[in-house]
This record gives sequence, C-alpha cells and structure tokens, in this order.
Amino acid sequence: MPAVSKGDGMRGLAVFISDIRNCKSKEAEIKRINKELANIRSKFKGDKALDGYSKKKYVCKLLFIFLLGHDIDFGHMEAVNLLSSNKYTEKQIGYLFISVLVNSNSDLIRLINNAIKNDLSSRNPTFMNLALHCIANVGSREMAEAFAADVPRILVAGDTMDSVKQSAALCLLRLNRTSPDLVPMGEWTARVVHLLNDQHLGVVTAATSLITTLAQKNPDDFKTSVSLAVARLSRIVTSASTDLQDYTYYFVAAPWLSVKLLRLLQCYPPPEDAAIRGRLTECLETILNKAQEPPKSKKVQHSNAKNAVLFEAISLIIHHDSEPTLLVRACNQLGQFLQHRETNLRYLALESMCTLASSEFSHEAVKTHIDTVINALKTERDVSVRQRAVDLLYAMCDRSNAKQIVAEMLSYLETADYSIREEIVLKVAILAEKYAVDYTWYVDTILNLIRIAGDYVSEEVWYRVIQIVINRDDVQGYAAKTVFEALQAPACHENLVKVGGYILGEFGNLIAGDPRSSPLVQFNLLHSKFHLCSVPTRALLLSAYIKFINLFPEVKGTIQEVLRSDSQLRNADVELQQRAVEYLRLSCIASTDILATVLEEMPPFPERESSILAKLKRKKGPGTVPDIEENRKERNANVNGGTNHTTTTPNAKTSPASFVGDLLAPAPPPTNRPRPVSSSSFLQTPLTPLPSQACAIPLAASAGTFYQVAAAASPDLLGLGSPSPLSSTPPALPPTAASLLIDVFSENSPGAAAAAAAAAAPIAVPAAPVADDNFSSITPESLHVADSILADVQEPTDKFVCKNNGVLYENQLLQIGLKCEYRQSLGRMYVFFGNKTSTQFLSFATSVVCQEPLASQLNVHPKPVDPTVDGGAQLQQIINIECVSDFVEAAVLNIQFRYGGILQNIAVKLPITLNKFFQPTEMISQDFFQRWKQLSAPQQEVQNIFKAKHSMDTEVTKAKIIGFGVALLDGVDPNPSNFVGAGVIHTKTTQVGCLLRLEPNTQAQMYRLTLRTSRDTVSQRLCDLLSDQF
Amino acid sequence: MIGGLFIYNHKGEVLISRVYRDDIGRNAVDAFRVNVIHARQQVRSPVNNIARTSFFHVKRSNIWLAAVTKQNVNAAMVFEFLYKMCDVMTAYFGKISEENIKNNFVLIYELLDEILDFGYPQNSETGALKTFITQQGIKSQHHTKEEQSQITSQVTGQIGWRREGIKYRRNELFLDVLESVNLLMSPQGQVLSAHVSGRVVMKSYLSGMPECKFGMNDKIIIDKQGKGGTTTTDEAGKSDLGGSSGKQAIAIDDCTFHQCVRLSKFDTERSISFIPPDGEYELMRYRTTKDIILPFRVIPLVREVGRTKLEVKVVIKSNFKPSLLAQKIEVRIPTPLNTSGVQVICMKGKAKYKASENAIVWKIKRMAGMKESQISAEIELLPTNDKKKWARPPISMNFEVPFAPSGLKVRYLKVFEPKLNYSDHDVIKWVRYIGRSGIYETRC
Repeated sequence: MPAVSKGDGMRGLAVFISDIRNCKSKEAEIKRINKELANIRSKFKGDKALDGYSKKKYVCKLLFIFLLGHDIDFGHMEAVNLLSSNKYTEKQIGYLFISVLVNSNSDLIRLINNAIKNDLSSRNPTFMNLALHCIANVGSREMAEAFAADVPRILVAGDTMDSVKQSAALCLLRLNRTSPDLVPMGEWTARVVHLLNDQHLGVVTAATSLITTLAQKNPDDFKTSVSLAVARLSRIVTSASTDLQDYTYYFVAAPWLSVKLLRLLQCYPPPEDAAIRGRLTECLETILNKAQEPPKSKKVQHSNAKNAVLFEAISLIIHHDSEPTLLVRACNQLGQFLQHRETNLRYLALESMCTLASSEFSHEAVKTHIDTVINALKTERDVSVRQRAVDLLYAMCDRSNAKQIVAEMLSYLETADYSIREEIVLKVAILAEKYAVDYTWYVDTILNLIRIAGDYVSEEVWYRVIQIVINRDDVQGYAAKTVFEALQAPACHENLVKVGGYILGEFGNLIAGDPRSSPLVQFNLLHSKFHLCSVPTRALLLSAYIKFINLFPEVKGTIQEVLRSDSQLRNADVELQQRAVEYLRLSCIASTDILATVLEEMPPFPERESSILAKLKRKKGPGTVPDIEENRKERNANVNGGTNHTTTTPNAKTSPASFVGDLLAPAPPPTNRPRPVSSSSFLQTPLTPLPSQACAIPLAASAGTFYQVAAAASPDLLGLGSPSPLSSTPPALPPTAASLLIDVFSENSPGAAAAAAAAAAPIAVPAAPVADDNFSSITPESLHVADSILADVQEPTDKFVCKNNGVLYENQLLQIGLKCEYRQSLGRMYVFFGNKTSTQFLSFATSVVCQEPLASQLNVHPKPVDPTVDGGAQLQQIINIECVSDFVEAAVLNIQFRYGGILQNIAVKLPITLNKFFQPTEMISQDFFQRWKQLSAPQQEVQNIFKAKHSMDTEVTKAKIIGFGVALLDGVDPNPSNFVGAGVIHTKTTQVGCLLRLEPNTQAQMYRLTLRTSRDTVSQRLCDLLSDQF
Repeated sequence: MIGGLFIYNHKGEVLISRVYRDDIGRNAVDAFRVNVIHARQQVRSPVNNIARTSFFHVKRSNIWLAAVTKQNVNAAMVFEFLYKMCDVMTAYFGKISEENIKNNFVLIYELLDEILDFGYPQNSETGALKTFITQQGIKSQHHTKEEQSQITSQVTGQIGWRREGIKYRRNELFLDVLESVNLLMSPQGQVLSAHVSGRVVMKSYLSGMPECKFGMNDKIIIDKQGKGGTTTTDEAGKSDLGGSSGKQAIAIDDCTFHQCVRLSKFDTERSISFIPPDGEYELMRYRTTKDIILPFRVIPLVREVGRTKLEVKVVIKSNFKPSLLAQKIEVRIPTPLNTSGVQVICMKGKAKYKASENAIVWKIKRMAGMKESQISAEIELLPTNDKKKWARPPISMNFEVPFAPSGLKVRYLKVFEPKLNYSDHDVIKWVRYIGRSGIYETRC
C-alpha cells in the first residue's frame, strides 16, 4: 500500500473524531454528529463541485458516523465518484465506503459495477486488487452475476501478477460461498488445480482454500489435486525453516498452507497410488517427528503454529483411518498433550482422542490414557475441557472399563457444572445399561444417579429403568428391595418416588415377606412421600396403591381409606380425582378375580432402541455421538439377555416420532403385546401409571409410528380391534367381563361414565390403525360407525360397501368380525368368529354358497376351520376371493355349530361387492373430461337422483367415496362442492373403467349421482351400491 | 424495600454507593453500569430488571441515581423517594453535578443514613433535616443540650416538620401556583390531548404554631359550600363571592398533599387545613384535564416543493388577556434529516437553524395576549436514495405565562394562631401564578 502522504492527512476528520471522543454524553455525541451531517449535506448540496480530497474526507466522516451506529442515507454518489479517481487513497476510500455501506438492491449498483469493471480491466495491479476485494466484500448476487465470468479468467490468465491472482482466488472463493449456482465450472477448474504448483506461496495458499471448497462440492473434478497437494506438502515439510523466507512463521514453514493442504486431503480417501501414499505417510510421519523435537523458540506463536499443523495432520490420519502405526503414534502424541500446560492443547487433545477412540486401530491405545482423562475430569479448571473429558470417557468406554468409568462419572456428577449435568446423567444411564453385566449393578447405578442428580434425570432415564426391571425377572426382587431402601432416606427426589412407586406397585410382593418391608410399611413409606410430589407423580402413586390392593388384600382397608379422603376424592386436579374415584369404586365392587385380571403385572416391554440414546442424539445432533452404538447393538444382542433387538424401521433410530413411541413405553397400551385375548385386558390402559392424557397426546401425534408397532402385533389383536366393546353402549353388550366393568363405571354417575368413555378413547386410537386406513382416518367416526353396525346387523352388506372392516353380525352367542383386503381382481377376507358365551361351540362349520349366476362370476374359497370354539375365544377363518367378471348378487356364509346341544344355523350375506375390485385412478381435469365424453353412449351412463339419508357432510362424503374405491379427483369439477372420482374395476377377464360424479344439493337435501363406465351392467350395479350410501 | 442506592457520573463511575440490605452485592453496581449506562442500545425504561434485581433510576443532567432492590417494591414509592432525594440534595448544595457530589459526599452519606433506614424511607423534610444535618462541623454549632433534645422531640413527635418557638417580626406568606400545560394538537387545530399538572408551592415565615386554611375554586368544595349555606365558612364565602361569581369552578382530577395537611379533614369537609412547615415546601400537587385555557395556538403550514425543497410557515397566536405578557417563548420546528440548507424570515424575535438538533429554533422574549406572529422558512433538501418519507415530528413550544392555565384561583389562605397575638389580617400574603409549557406540541 502506498504510504499516505502528509498532505492527505485529513485534518478535518481527525478533529471530528477527537470531538466525538471528547463528548461527555451520548446526547452531546448525537448533537455533534447531527451538526456534522448537516455540514456534509450542505457541502454535497453545494453547487460548486468538490475536489477529490474533500470528497474523500467527507465520505470518510460518513463512514465513521456509520460505524458509530447511525444511519447514513446519502453520500453514495460521492463515493461512487471517488471510484473513478486515479489516486489510490481516494479510490480506496470509495471502495471502502461501498463495501461497508452499499446494499445489494441499491440502484447505484450499475455504476459501481461499471467502475469495478474498468478497474479489473486496467493493467494496474493495485486497482485490480481493490476491485477484487470490493467484489469479495460485498459478495452479493448482483456482483456474482456481473463478475462470475471475469474473476476466474483473471485467476488463470498467464500474465496476471501474483498478488492479483491471490485476491482473485479468494474473491472467487467468496462468490462460490455466497452464490454457488452463479459461478460456472468450466475449463478454468482444471487450471486452478495447477496453481498448487505456483512459485508464489501466497497464491498457493489462496488457491488451496478455493480448491478445498470446490472439492467438497465436486470431489471428482479435483481429484488431480491430491497428488499435487501431497507433493507440495512434502516439499514444505521437508524444507528447512529458512527456505521459505517470508512464509516461515516463527521457525515453522508455511503453517497456514500446510494446514490448508491437510484439510484439502481430508476431502479425499487415502490415495490409491502407492507412491503418493508412501510420500504422504512420510510427510505425516515427519510432522509427528517434528512434534517430538525440542521447540526452536520459546514463543507461544511457534508452538501454536507447530501444533496447528500437527492437529490437522492427526485429523487427516483419523480421516484416513488406515495406518495403524500412524494412528497409534497420533494417539501417543495426544496423550502427551493431555497433561500439557496449555488449556487449549488439552482441549484439542481430548477432542481428537474422542474421534480416535472410535477407530478400531487406536481404541486400545486410547484406553491406556484412562487414568489421565479421569484425572483431567477431576482437576481440570476449564469447564469446556471437562466436558470434552466426559465425552472421551464416554467414547472410550467398553465392557472392560465400564464399571470404573461409570463410577468416576457418578462421583464427578456430584461436583459437575450445572450446564453439563444433564448430559452426564444421560451418558451414565446409557453406559450403565449398555455394559451392565449384572443388573443389580445397573439398578444400583441408576438409583445412585437419581439420588445424586435427580433434577437432571429426565423422564426417559427412569422410564428405561422400569422397562428393564420389568423385562428382567432376575432383578425385580433386588430392584424392589433397593428402591425400598432408597425411599427410606428422609429427603428423596421425586424421580426416585416415581421409580419407587412403579416398582413397588409391581413387585412389592417380592419383598413383602420381610417384616421390615411388610405391605403396610411399604404403603406407609410411599404415602409419606405423596404430599411432597407433583400431580403426575401423585397420579402414579395412586395407581401404585390400587396395585397394592391387588397384591396385598390386607392393606385394602387402609388404602381405601386414603382414596376416600377428601383430599383425593375432591382433589382440585381432575386427573387425581378421577383416579381416586375410579380406583375406589373398582376396589369396592370388583371381585378378587377381576382385580387380579385388571391389575395384573405389567407384561414385558418390547425391546427397542433405548430412548435415552435417542435423547442424547437429539441433544448433541447427529454425528457427535461416536459410533459405538453400532458395536453396542451386537453386544446387546448377546449380552443383554438375548432379547431380539428389533428396530422396526431403519429411521426409527433417530426420528423424533420413534422417540414419541418410546415415550409411551412405560405407559403401554396393550396393542403391541402378545397376551391372551380377554376383553378386560385393554381396560388396563387407564390404570397404567401415566395419566391418560399423556398417552393420548403422543398417540395422536404419532399415529404413523403406532402403525409400525401395531403391524408387528399378533393377529388375535384384531379381536380387540373390533369396535364393539369400545363403543360404550352397555345395554347392547352381552354381560362379559368388559361390559361389567364399564357398567361399574357408569353406575357411579353420568360424569364417571363420561370419564370411563374418555378413558376408553385412547384405546380406540391404537386399535384403529390396526384395522385399516378407512378406520384410522377419522377415529370418532369409527366409533360412530361401530354404533350403527350394532344397531343394524340385518343388512350388513350396505355398511361394508365403503369400508373393509367391522362387525358383520352379532347375536347373544356369536360375533362375526371382518377384515378384508383386495388387490385388483383378488381379495382375501379374514372372518373372526367370537364366542361370546363361556361354553364351547361344538362341530363348528362354515360354508360359502354362491347361487348361479354368481358361481361363475366369483370364486370364493374358504379355508377350513377348527370344529370347536372355546368359550370367550375367537376363531379366524380366511376366505380367498377372486372376481371373474362383474356380478350383482352377494355370496352367503352359512355357519353351523352346536351350543349346549342345540344346533345353531346362521346365514349371513358376505359383503363382497363389485366396487371392492376398484383400483383408484388419478387423472387431471383434461383427461377426465376427454374420457367422460368417450363414454357418452346412453347405456353407459346411469344417473340417479335421490334424497340424502344422512347429513350432507363434505368430509364424510369424501371418506365414503374414497372408501368406495375410486380416486377422488380434486379440482376437476368446476363446482367445488361436487365430487368427481375415477377408477378401474379389475376382474379376471376384463377391466372396466369407471367415472363418477356426485352433485350434492344441500338446500333440497338431494344428490345426483352420475356414473359412466364402459359396461352398462357395471354402471347400474355401481350406481345402486353407491346410491344407498348417502 | 430499597436495598441500595448508587450515584454514578456520566461515565458510569460510582460516586456514591450505599447498600442497605445484604441481598444487594457489590456486583449490582457493575450490573447497572454495564446494562444500563453503557448499554449498546439506549435504555429508555426507568425500571430495569437485571438478574432478578430491579434498578430504578432517574437522571439529573449527567448524574445517574439508581435505587436497587431484590424485592417487589412499589415502584412509585421508589421514584417518589428518588425525587425527594434530589430535592434534598438541591436544597443542601444547589445543582446536582459531579463536582457538587464529590465535594459533599460526606454530607450525602449522612443524608442517606437519615432518610433511608434499612431501605425504608424516613423523614425527608428538608427543613427538619437541616436542623440536625448541617454542612458545618459539629464544633461550629453551639447546640445546647436543650436544643438537641428539642430536635429529638420534634423529629420523633407528631408534628415532625415544624419546631416550636419560631418567631418572626413580620409574618409573611408566599404562595406560588406553578402549572405546566401539556398539549397535543392536530394540524387542523383539534385538541388530541391536553392536561395541566400543577403545584402549589408555599414559603411561610410565620411565628408560633399557626393553623392555616387554604381555599381554592375547586368545584366540589364550592358545591359543598353552596349547599351547606352560611354555616362555618360564611365569611370566607361572602368575601370571595364577588370574585368567583363570574368564573368557573374547576374540576380537579386528582391531587396529593404535603404531609402537613390533615387528610381526614379533607376527606370529610374538603377543606385543606394544616400547620405549615417553616420555609419553602410544596403544599399540594394536582392535575386537571377539563376546560384548560391554552395560552398559545400554533398553526403550521408545510408544503413540499419537489424532492429538494420544503416550505414551512408557522403562525402562533396568543390567547389570553391583552394586558398579560407571556415570556421566554420558544418555538421548535423540526427539519427533515436530509436538510442541507435553511433560510428563515420572521417578524418578531430571533430564529435560527440548529443543525445539531435538526430543528429551527425561534425565540421571542415577550408577547402580549391576543397577538399573532409568524415565521416562514425555506428548507433545502438533499435527495437521498432511500424512499423513507419524513415522519414529520410535531412542532413544540416553550413559554411562561403569568396565570394558571387550569383556571385555578386561590380564594383564601387564612392563618390562625390563637396563642400568639397576631391575627389573619396581620399576615402579609403574596400570591403568584405561573403557567409554563410542559410538552406543548402541534402536529404538522
């Protein structure tokens, strides 16, 4: 930069700045600035043109005022004028002002671009540099558009000066970062790579940055840079410190360039070519060797530069992860840094070691430093370094040292900083679970964790404990004993009370034999904590109490007394009140057997990914948690009790949805659990410890997730899916255990009945997805539909036109449920015969009768079934269906069985209708009308005008049309209230295209249905079927 | 309650720091400096909550006074105290400036010990304080035991604001009605908001323990007396009837009194009776919003001639008796932020463009009632590249008039001193009305 001459000193500016600095108050400063602004305005306004010097001075003042935080809305023109000056200082100030102040949408941008263009094409390297810097500083899209072609040209032109090349490379880097789409990749890219061979190290440094960025985007285009970079690197590394003159920084040869080259190499896998590879290994070894040499200078800059190169080299080694010797050497080198005086070095060493720990070659080497790391955790003063130490301990943990590490982390937790406590808690919880050899240790650890840092133990952690305790028979007794002991502490954390309440409620009987932990003692212990807890915990404790009533009938009186107290029965919190009322009634009315069934011990949870891990991942973001989860999985499979570790979908690992599913884990709706089909089993849900709202909300949020879980469930689930017991219409129900319980609730008061229905609602939700899309789409509706089925079993086929599941038939003895799937011309029907009595059905037999002409149009093959159906059990029959051609009649299912010696005969029409073989067809408006016109023959169209039987709800109608099987086409009909659908009916012999249009008239409560198909019989049949639906 | 009190200079250096409660640590001092005085964005709220600690501040010239508390105190109380504190300091050493505070810091600490106790405000009556906190050393004062015990009995007694045994050769009373009138007016002359906040300030030099009674043309009082007929205050009613018959009684929206006023009597009889402190004090404060006499009317005319020129004409009309004279009139006409030159012509007074304040300031020394005067200005503008329109801030005005814009009139001020031998007639009473402008703005 040319020196500023004395005459250019700009005294006015200096005076102004010193005035500002001398201002006593903000007000005085603002006054001074206002005055100066007015002065500049009058100067700029003045008629006589200002000379370059004054212009520069005033622009400088404006710049200064702007930098003080005031708005500047004039002076741009003057600044642009300065750009065309021939004096360096004036040009410089002009560019400075523009880089700082001009926003991209200014209309001056054209003038500016012009000036820049002039400077770029000038031969003066200083001016070119100024222009390039301005482009890079502004970096707007407009700039990129204007100069994206020029800058690369300057960069690779043979006659460009080195300093300009340097600027051009950096300018291009900036443009590439701000608007990568505008920078064309062209033939220049190949030539950029050769800049790595440039004589001038400054150019090489700038070019390396550029190439690194470009190579990250298009690695293939810059593959050639690897060999050049290695060559360059080896030349630098092997050079004596005096060789590189200006680029030697405190005896380190070109540290910045080395770091950048090493970064560039990290964009690529280890070089294939053995020679290059050898040379690179040599370089890396040299760098590692140099780290061992005594420092050439005591200055901190020397060691900083040296270590920067070293750390970058180590990250390259880790990145390549192929040279065991290098990895081990790197690890040893880092080990030395662990005890270095410099905090930064310790931090970096721990951080790099974390990544090293995940490499198979160096994992063992990392483990040798465990004592140092633990020591760092204890004695380190800097919290961020301690945090890294925790990370490293987590990363280096395996079966051999898990106990030690977990113990250390626990002891550190007592003094840990608040900011990292929660993370440590999660890590301890994960490690304890992952490497648990015996589960007593695990339980001890987690209880300790809750004791030490209860506030930081998130829900997931204690959910997980309970999941594990429930799934492992061998620890249940120990867990009960331990929590019992832990609860005896005078002040214990609420989370501990939660765990305690749950575990004692489930397994309190295991320790009840000991007089020191007799049922009453257990209860009193829990209840002594009750009043100190929050509402959710109290709710959980109430559930624990009712479980106690089942486990220990001797404390029933005491517990009922507690439930009966006003503080429960009239609690202001509706959840607590409801539980108290329900539990009290349940305990009073239900017999021991029913209680035992309802309050049965929780079945094991399905094994799934630890929710804690999911939480930790979310907390840290993907990638930061080392990959040891992968190892963990295989270990988990053989170590942790051989439960098959199923993650139903690959994305379930990280997606929040799966987390929501996990959340539910301790409050398990019975859907995903294989258990005998007793109607009472789903009544367990409201009794589970979490409040019903808590389980309903995630359910609604994650219907999708639930589907996965449900899909894996056993088929007898479908019996549960049949909506009859859910519909909460007790009079219609036979006196099974389920209805009895519902009756219990409804007896209380209308309010309680509503509550019972509300409690049943969350169950309906999980049941719905099991059934079918049709069902799951609108859950309240599904209940409603179920209602109507019960009311109207006589003509079942109509009900099944638009849906595939439901109850086909029901009387005192038998309930027939259906679930069907259709695909093109084939279908499969699952028929469920539920024995509603307590006695066995004998010689149970079914047959399907197809009259002529149906017999030739439809093939129906029922699979054989067992001749007996036990009391309360369910029998499934599969019927395969094939549609040969279009048909009208319905097949009849004949059922015969003996009940109490009397032969029962039941005949039901099977709801197999023509529309079941629809395949929906999506088409755009134009296509639709074209086909509509093609089907204009009079017999092809059938129209029916009829009165609405149900309320004309658009959503319901839509659902029905979709259920009918056709695709609902939006935006085809010009009138948005009309419905238009299209589909193809597949039969074995032919395919029949079908278009339909439904025009509701809400005033007249009428519909007009028009159908056009290529076959008249089909049109007529479909029209009849569909007309009855609305 | 107030946990501590700090005084800072403009740089944020602590001049006075007095902590009353343990919950306020030393770091509170820095917290206020960092977050308020040196805040990146100018802090406009007088109450700031930093790390669960509340800071209430007022600024006097370049001095910041901040009261700090961790409790949920009555903010109005704290500000009342801070204002009182300012008054007390002004009474002791004049203007509040860094220099004065540095010179009097022993005195200030002494005052702070006296007027705040464990964060609870105590007696802050200047007159009373001056009897026992003096600027001279103890030695120079010849306090006898008797005098000291007298001070004690006074300060702890029922009438803490007046000592016994005061004697004057001439019994005099000075009564000032000081009002500030606030206005916001639309360009068309419609009143958008207007109110008067007034104070009655007294200076009394009376012997003994006189009982005073103050009467004014408050609507409620007059109504009450009208209904009550001629019972107790018949003499006063008659004597003033001539004066008040033609004039309206005014409606006072709310008022507050000096502690010497007997509130029980005010509540029952609406009469203001009190034993006055000796010397200067503020008897009452009040606020009115109805039937305000606006002393000046400002008529603005702004015309934008193209993008680079603005023509402004402002007419002011005085709206009071021609015999009265307004003083210290100042009209402030804001100019756009891109003003590059101004030419002003005015008939009366002096006008100048002040670039540092972005305004044309027009000053007139004196102006009689029912007159008008005008100014016209041509403002040259520099075209700017942003399309923001000028916000046109309102034209503001300052003045002083010798009457009360609220219409308040003092009807009587009677002095009874049964023990000493002077009567109401012997007291020389002076009444003065001063109306000043508060925020007196007209949109243009």
